[in-house]
Amino acid sequence: MTNELRIASGKVYDPANNIDGEIRDICVKDGRIVDSVSDSATVINAHGNVVMPGGVDIHCHIAGPKVNLARKLQPEDHRLDPHPATEHTRSGTGGIVPSTFATGYRYATLGYTTAFDAAVPPLAARHVLEELHDTPVIDKGYYILLGNNIFLQNLIKEGRKEELKQAVAWWLHASKGYTCKLVNPGGDEPWKGKKNSNVKDIDEKSHEFEISPRMIIDSFIDVANELGLPHPPHVHCNNLGHSGNFETTLETMKTAGDRRVHIAHIQFNSYAGELGKNPLSAGREIVEYINDHPNISCDVGQVMFGKSTIMTADAPLAYMLKGYTHAKWVNVDTECESGCGIAPFNYQENIYTHALQWAIGLEIFLLSKDPWRVVLSTDHPNGGSFMSYPKLIKLLMDKNFRDEEIKRVNQKAMAKTFLGELEREYTLNEIAIITRAGPARCLGLKNKGHLGVGADADITIYDEQEDKELMFNAPRYVIKSGHAVIADHEFTTDFYGKTLHSTQEYDSSIEDIIRPFFDDYYSIRFDNYAVSDAYLHDHEFIPMQKS
Amino acid sequence: MTNKMILVPGRSSKQGTSLNKGKLKEEYIDVTSTLEVNEEDMKRLGLSDGDQVRLSNEIGQTIVSCVGKKATDLPEGMLFIPYGPPSSQLMDGDTAGTGMPMSKHMEVNIEKVST
Amino acid sequence: MSENIKTVESATCTFCGCVCDDMDLTIDMDEKKITKAKNACILGKAWFFEHTIDHDRPVAMIDGKEVPVDQAIEEAAQTLTKAKFPITYGLSDTTCEAQKEAVAITDLIKGNIDTTTSVCHGPSGMAFQGVGESTMTLGEVKNRADLVIYWGGNPAESHPRHFGRYSVIPKGMFVPNGKKDRHIVVIDVRKTKSAGVCDQFIQPKPGKDFELLWALRALVKGKKLNKDIEKITGVSMQTIEELVERMKNCRFGVLFFGMGLTMTRGRHFNSGALLSLASDLNEFTHFVAKPVRGHGNVTGADNVVSWQTGYPFGVNFSHGFPRFNPGEFTTVDVLSRGDADAAMIIASDPASNFPKAAIDHMHRIPVISLDTKQTCTSKLAHVAFATSTYGINTTGTVYRMDDVPITLRPAFDSPFPSDKEILEKIRERVHELVKQKRNKQSGVNA
Repeated sequence: MTNELRIASGKVYDPANNIDGEIRDICVKDGRIVDSVSDSATVINAHGNVVMPGGVDIHCHIAGPKVNLARKLQPEDHRLDPHPATEHTRSGTGGIVPSTFATGYRYATLGYTTAFDAAVPPLAARHVLEELHDTPVIDKGYYILLGNNIFLQNLIKEGRKEELKQAVAWWLHASKGYTCKLVNPGGDEPWKGKKNSNVKDIDEKSHEFEISPRMIIDSFIDVANELGLPHPPHVHCNNLGHSGNFETTLETMKTAGDRRVHIAHIQFNSYAGELGKNPLSAGREIVEYINDHPNISCDVGQVMFGKSTIMTADAPLAYMLKGYTHAKWVNVDTECESGCGIAPFNYQENIYTHALQWAIGLEIFLLSKDPWRVVLSTDHPNGGSFMSYPKLIKLLMDKNFRDEEIKRVNQKAMAKTFLGELEREYTLNEIAIITRAGPARCLGLKNKGHLGVGADADITIYDEQEDKELMFNAPRYVIKSGHAVIADHEFTTDFYGKTLHSTQEYDSSIEDIIRPFFDDYYSIRFDNYAVSDAYLHDHEFIPMQKS
Repeated sequence: MTNKMILVPGRSSKQGTSLNKGKLKEEYIDVTSTLEVNEEDMKRLGLSDGDQVRLSNEIGQTIVSCVGKKATDLPEGMLFIPYGPPSSQLMDGDTAGTGMPMSKHMEVNIEKVST
Repeated sequence: MSENIKTVESATCTFCGCVCDDMDLTIDMDEKKITKAKNACILGKAWFFEHTIDHDRPVAMIDGKEVPVDQAIEEAAQTLTKAKFPITYGLSDTTCEAQKEAVAITDLIKGNIDTTTSVCHGPSGMAFQGVGESTMTLGEVKNRADLVIYWGGNPAESHPRHFGRYSVIPKGMFVPNGKKDRHIVVIDVRKTKSAGVCDQFIQPKPGKDFELLWALRALVKGKKLNKDIEKITGVSMQTIEELVERMKNCRFGVLFFGMGLTMTRGRHFNSGALLSLASDLNEFTHFVAKPVRGHGNVTGADNVVSWQTGYPFGVNFSHGFPRFNPGEFTTVDVLSRGDADAAMIIASDPASNFPKAAIDHMHRIPVISLDTKQTCTSKLAHVAFATSTYGINTTGTVYRMDDVPITLRPAFDSPFPSDKEILEKIRERVHELVKQKRNKQSGVNA
């Protein structure tokens, strides 16, 4: 068995290298794309097939304490969706929060080869690494929750910028994270300390720390810039889910100025209307800002009808949703770092708000002028399962299908959007951008999301089909690091990918300042906090970007 | 004379330390064979500290030694024993579909064992 | 004591679910013995001091006779693959790395896997699946809690440092005066040593916790209570009403609970009632609850089994994928009913603590045991492995009762293999045997 591969005569979509449906060969050797291979290479005949880089999911929740609680919470959901073992693969269970083996295998069956967990409290980094280690096929990484970190908020309050920078670098190093995640910045303290209240205004200063969400966001954008993180601060804006929140989102984006920032699942923050009343769409206003500001990137956070699970560090949000569902609810406070809320959920076509959310997400996609910066996600599993990506792709590519779907949903909601008027159909090239090349570029992953020489040999081969949902649901081949993990629609082997991290160098004197804080306020010893490299297993350090 | 009482098996400090020494060793066997009985109940049953008693129910029986406790620590009608092989003899394997056997509050007969 | 002394700082004690990671150990490296354990409680000291190397004990035995390890591995693998309903049980006193091997083996043999959770806080896990849980890491209690309630547990004897390190004594960010800033309540059917730290002790009648919890819930939700609640629960209406007011008006309330709820009449209904009460109180203030876990890594077992299978305990693979059903696939049941025809018991001693019917059945089937000390289970085992002690001889990952993951710092080496090493070898051999069987069935030559 050779380690050389030739994928012959496929129709290649490699937007990063300006290849748009050309028939060409892709060569692989030793896990990377190469110029050419010898005659003894294994040949995959890709005639009639579409060849793309493997998918890159920039925002999902697939590993860690929050995910595992949500998994444990819903045995009734797993029961409906068993994942049997095969000769090569482990068994598991599926549903909206699949077990780890099932998660990795199922991402692979969609042709995805990289995924990033969007929100990890650093105290639990070890746990996330353990779960990711049990998540097959995909390369993976995660963003660490720092926006409500009390120690860092104190530094921001006191204007200690250099120490903030060193502390963030220390935290990334200690937790093997990829970038800083901010979720409802400033909202954790009112939730835990002020009888479950929240922060509502981006300029509202908290009582304890006298800083506003805007100050937090601004500080982290600065730090990420100075550290040269490959991916900027990933921000879940304040007021997510509330009518009228688009103003908060615009203010958040304005805070960045011309510096990089990534807005997470922006659909959930694109609502007009009056607080407390039915939402309206502000999709257009949001997209126009992004179109005009090349420093902003976002993932859409599309809502897909059917089962979902709210799992978020935005604890007040989950509690609010519990008020609607009146169903089981989980809240977890993580000392000094973060909150978390979990609530099983269901998006229904006939409900005004859900139908509107669905439409707004599609509006954002269809109005976006730059698919490199408005990339695909459902904020799995908050907006819907990652298993619904093929259907979402069909909605974007097939206006007729979209129209049929529009007819099935709450019509009052449709009347409040102009989704029906949008004629645009995404091309395969654009799909390749929003699911591969775009997220890879946003993440600063130079070897992913494209098929140029030197790239990781993560390749998906689809049967070209009219029905795009069918097509993207079942790739014929999925090649990961040069191994044909899926061939002719079947798993041929078990395989485990790498952990991608951006652990930073830092001035170790910062530890003298962090340590006393731990002694006073954490419940574990400072010396036991940082995660050893052993947990990284097979890994790759993604270097800083010089601006 | 027999009597029905509620048995509460549970953890104790001594049980914890002795189990680290080894469960087959004397100290652990001793600790898990020592039953705490309310002082008034002791009087009523004609028991003194160190007497052997038989605990029994429809599951099985076990012989343990007893020690008296003040009412403020242990109410009348209640017995306490650090859990271990003796208390297991009285545990019903029926978990009522939960996986958890009734491990506390078992109704048992207690009678003095004549020496 | 020799001159050859080593110190290990920030080691972790895994005796109980407190998983204190501030153990500073002094070790006599010649005698392979821990001589000092700074910060350890009485249970932790016993844990550290008593786990020495037992040079007399063979690493591997079959039917009580010493054999080479490889022979025991072979016999274990054969036993497991030949069985029709093999079960794996225990796992709460070993590392996550070992737990993963156990799940992998059980997946391969299409067996049944369960952990000590099923006889501890399994009911709380079931309640969690039904109603959810508002909870926290222990540092939040240290920093914020001004009302701490212990229900159906006796931490003074089962988790001695719980009060001191996490929830009663420590000064925290918003609790600058420690205990003085807190109101502590202990609720139990008998007045235990734990009542000594509390400001208020409430003593319900045995088996009436559910009624009391439900009454509290009713008042929190603004319903009226019938006076007969006093007779039913043994607690006065005034006490109940005052407690509700206190809970609604605190700043950050915590309900810790133990076996008094899970092991008594109602089981998961009791846990569910308590979890619901804590969740309900969030309408008024910030309120959390936490089951107080018994063993050092039972939380790890819950986590590993959950992430690998989707279910926390009582998992069966006989159909080729995980199925979950307490009562059907939990170990007390599969043993008491006589379903299991082989059992692998890891770091646990059901022959000591299980109901009589289950223990009787264990005598009838081949048992494979892995343990650091001789136990009732290892004594009756067909194949018995003596393994090294996690956290003392081996590293690995463990999860504290509040899901905080910690890496162990071992004190001294052991000539005995770790659970992980033995299970890894068993898994590899089982994999070969299963593959052979599969090839034979499909008529393929291996």
